[in-house]
Amino acid sequence: MAIDVPRRWIPYFKVLVHLAALYPLINLYYAAFSDQLGGDPVEAVIHFTGIGALNLLLISLLISPLAKRFKLIFLMQFRRMIGLYAFIYALCHILNFLFFEVQFDLQLFIEEVFKRPYITLGMSAFLLLTALAVTSISKLRRKMKNRWQILHNFIYLIALLVVIHFYWSVKSEIIEPLIYFAMYAALMMFRHKKLRGWMKGITSR
Amino acid sequence: MIIKTTSTSDCKEHDVTDENIYHQRRELIKKMGFLGAGSLLSSSAGASILDIFRDDKIPPSLFSQNKLDYKAINGFDEELTPEAKITGHNNFYEFGVEKQQPAELSQSFNVNPWTLKISGEVENPLTLGYDELYSSFDLEERIYRLRCVEAWSMVVPWIGFSLADLVKKAKPTSRAKYLSFETLYDPVQMPGQRSRRLGGGLDYPYIEGLRIDEAMNPLALMSVGLYGKTLPPQNGAPIRLILPWKYGFKSIKSIVGIKFVERQPATTWNLLAANEYGFYANVNPTVDHPRWSQASERRITSGGIFAQNRIPTLPFNGYGKQVADLYSGMNLRKYY
Repeated sequence: MAIDVPRRWIPYFKVLVHLAALYPLINLYYAAFSDQLGGDPVEAVIHFTGIGALNLLLISLLISPLAKRFKLIFLMQFRRMIGLYAFIYALCHILNFLFFEVQFDLQLFIEEVFKRPYITLGMSAFLLLTALAVTSISKLRRKMKNRWQILHNFIYLIALLVVIHFYWSVKSEIIEPLIYFAMYAALMMFRHKKLRGWMKGITSR
Repeated sequence: MIIKTTSTSDCKEHDVTDENIYHQRRELIKKMGFLGAGSLLSSSAGASILDIFRDDKIPPSLFSQNKLDYKAINGFDEELTPEAKITGHNNFYEFGVEKQQPAELSQSFNVNPWTLKISGEVENPLTLGYDELYSSFDLEERIYRLRCVEAWSMVVPWIGFSLADLVKKAKPTSRAKYLSFETLYDPVQMPGQRSRRLGGGLDYPYIEGLRIDEAMNPLALMSVGLYGKTLPPQNGAPIRLILPWKYGFKSIKSIVGIKFVERQPATTWNLLAANEYGFYANVNPTVDHPRWSQASERRITSGGIFAQNRIPTLPFNGYGKQVADLYSGMNLRKYY
């Protein structure tokens, strides 16, 4: 049974998604600027936007399995915007680090990116995600034809890099990162056929 | 001994807040008549009034903090981290790994009765009960910079007594080379000791250690209070160590045992990740943590996200004049 919603409802849902994604961000920065974000607002905004980006990334990966399994085809219309919000949160995450943590010390910023493996990994994931965000424009998608899908399959690698980045960044509290590993693994299970196909492609070569 | 001399390395109010603004604030308060001359001298009263202007929120506390009788530092012109931030931003994994959790999860912590046992290689083993923590030694205020290994810092008006006085009272034997400290182990009261998720996977009880000459350094403080009152639980009530030239994790909280020993004792963070946290853990801008730089730090003061200024980190957190001799001839890259 396919559940579908009337086409004219979609824009309203989209407004809801925009609000759900933007409200926490606006709230966060308002609290940070007005000193209502605990003892260290810098750490708070970095962590919030980092975890937020990862959550949105995982939600975007949940959409196509849900749409297929429960025939909720209309959900596919939200995948791009959720993916783009993951990118926006990730961008905020990095800008927070640059603006508030290293405070525009570009040399320190670059040193940290190359010297610290977990930051190198996170930055690699961000650069890949940027490529996906840029090519999400419909015009480019049509132009790229089947190369578009190949590029956007990198989302599986990006999500993995981000989870490792999180795991690597903590001092000792590894349980939360391990939960994210489990969620990532579950999302990959939905795609086992696709993944197995690739593995065959690699091994038979 | 009382440390009141200001050395050139001490940070002053004007390092962080514009001097004009600082004096304007004081003027404003004086004009509004909120403070009498006496309370103006007391840093605690001044700071708490300022906190209202700064719109800081002190978390509601079930835990009652008592006023302490101590020798205050008068005319000490140093920008303090607001009380709400000192008591609302803590690394005390016994009460949760997130910075706000200790303030939330520790308010029913019971510190009276308390027993601090001093034992091991001493001629005069002793036990201090709750009241004796405040009455056995003269209490004095000390304003110290606190540098966390995570590269943020605060300026805190502690109240306490010299660790050296306690050591002298215990009369260590010639075999006493190190001190081994232990935090309370009480999983009923400390949720982080019950749950690996809350407790960050550390092994409890938390243990720390010092060489005996480090313990005898006049800077080493046994703190029982801050901002004029007894310590709240999230800051290590009822008694904790303060070693301002070392990273914060050396300053063990809620101490129940100090044992004098012959060999270098194990320490909690070193056991967890020896390549990241050494036994000495002296603040050192030239030796990075493997995962982040220690060359600079963010000073947590009043104000929002734009006020958290990054400043260079100083060797021994700026206390080199007082402590560098302890480590002469040592390779501080090896003994980090």
